[in-house]
Amino acid sequence: MGAAAGVVTVVVLAALPWWGDSSLMRVLVEFISLLVLAQMWNLLAGYGGLVSIGQQAYIGLGGYALIVLADDLGVNPFLSVPLAGLVAAAFALPTAALVFRFRGGYFAVGTWAVAEVYRLLIANTTALGRGTGRTLAAVFPMARDTRELYTYLLGLAIGVVAIAYTYFHLRSRFGLGLMAIRDSEPASGTLGVNIFRMKLSVYLIAAFGTGVTGALIYLNLLRISPDPAFSINWTAYMFFIVVIGGIGTIEGPIVGTLIFFLLREFLSEYGAWYLILLGAIAVVVMLRAPQGVWGLVSDRWNIRVFPVQRRLSGLGAQAVITPPAAPPP
Amino acid sequence: MDWVDAVVQGIMLGGLYALFATGLSLIFGVMRLVNLAHGDLSILAAFLAIVVVKVWGINPLLTLVVIIPLMFFFGYMLQRLILNQLLGRGLLPPLLVTFGFSIIIQNLLLEIFSADSRRLNPGGIETASMALGGGLAVGWFSLITFLVAVLILVGLQFFISRTALGRAFRATSDDQETAELMGIDNLHVYALAMAVSLGIVAVAGIFLGVRTTFTFSSGPDRLLFAFEAVIIGGMGSLWGTLVGGVILGVAQTIGAKFSPAWGILTGHLVFLAVLLLRPSGLFSKATRDAS
Repeated sequence: MGAAAGVVTVVVLAALPWWGDSSLMRVLVEFISLLVLAQMWNLLAGYGGLVSIGQQAYIGLGGYALIVLADDLGVNPFLSVPLAGLVAAAFALPTAALVFRFRGGYFAVGTWAVAEVYRLLIANTTALGRGTGRTLAAVFPMARDTRELYTYLLGLAIGVVAIAYTYFHLRSRFGLGLMAIRDSEPASGTLGVNIFRMKLSVYLIAAFGTGVTGALIYLNLLRISPDPAFSINWTAYMFFIVVIGGIGTIEGPIVGTLIFFLLREFLSEYGAWYLILLGAIAVVVMLRAPQGVWGLVSDRWNIRVFPVQRRLSGLGAQAVITPPAAPPP
Repeated sequence: MDWVDAVVQGIMLGGLYALFATGLSLIFGVMRLVNLAHGDLSILAAFLAIVVVKVWGINPLLTLVVIIPLMFFFGYMLQRLILNQLLGRGLLPPLLVTFGFSIIIQNLLLEIFSADSRRLNPGGIETASMALGGGLAVGWFSLITFLVAVLILVGLQFFISRTALGRAFRATSDDQETAELMGIDNLHVYALAMAVSLGIVAVAGIFLGVRTTFTFSSGPDRLLFAFEAVIIGGMGSLWGTLVGGVILGVAQTIGAKFSPAWGILTGHLVFLAVLLLRPSGLFSKATRDAS
């Protein structure tokens, strides 16, 4: 059922340029961007147990990488978007060397300190436009319709790949190991899961996905400057979406992004109140229903669109675990 | 002489950072909680001081008499009614809830007090300075801030090492379950630790508001500096926290000597260098893995 619904959604969205207008495409690119960001943060926090409040580092780095690749190095701007993800991941490696010295809460603050360092370094680099930032000039020769169409299709592709990748990755042996770490680090360690390598790879994947999305966001906006690009608000959005939707599920961020968009639209005339309301909802969710809105829905009606958990099936104690279990140490 | 001046100013600034850091490291020590709203709560205290000044027309420094108990009470309630519910549910929930509070507090301050930058004006003392000879001068208020920070650290050290409640703090920090078996009401102890933390944060926030202008979004930076001071000094050491704050303050003022834009960045870079070269901090008692 999940697969059919997914295919229909993707086909309808892919055909959108023939039935929708450009403002709808822009909104959808924004929607997909937030969804992918949330999905990546969910992978980090919900599956990897790594609460980073410094993911804005990779949005900014991805956005600036897009400008440098497309404008300074002459790479095709649309090709630059995935390449920008690689740049972000390349920065994530030395970052991990520093922040992985912390655990838990201090890891969170550490990631953010490093994000601030990136922001300040870029804001002091003349070639990157210092505090005023830069404009993506490479797309100017292109007709606006064409640019918007390509941006939309690229965004859609990124969204589909991100969700499909997360889904299949979590169902693999890797995902099993990851969820084992989340549930009990010492126990998974004794069963032969390489905790450090798992966490590092999750961190790098999330940096890549966030970097690609950062590039997509600035391909859509065309103008970047350090303060908004490295704003902690990005992480706040990811946090709201994931926590309210349901942390540790793939459906959760999708539901969360919908709620986020609806609340923002309905409360758009009340300034920052939508953030206050979202914050309050997130706190209440953490206290009363930690599995989030999707968790409540799926428990009540037993629906799972993207099942990644293992279930006991058959009679008696015979456990059927589809993918191979972690190897003995 | 400029450089000596920068170092002196940095040391004084470090006292303020140590105040922010002490509250953060206290609750981490007692209950392994990192309060991501720590900086925002200090800015909340500064805004509350503005309200008290406006209503009663008193000197901002006198508002401490009202704001410290208020934040103390708020801290107790925050822990008792909300954060204690999350005990035993792992690292994630308290982090997410305090991050939620951080965003709520910032945006409430934005809605209530607008985005204008504010300052607390205690009537002259913040600009008065004392000449040290050789063209060197130190601001009275900076000096007072530093001395208050040292006094609070001494007081806290005494409180933790000599009083029954301090012993309960250390006991729950060492082994929560055994402490409970020995008759310690850990829910109450946690709430008191948060209360003390926010009491100190109130002092830090108001002193910050006298020293410099602040806005609704000044909080997160305070959390960052507090955190860096704790890590530079080494976790679990109150005096390390003071030294960490001073090192961070000096790094910032010296960096700012090169170019105003480089001040904060230099502080971050010194923090990263300490993290790289001496990951357990300069005066660590605890290991970093104790999360």
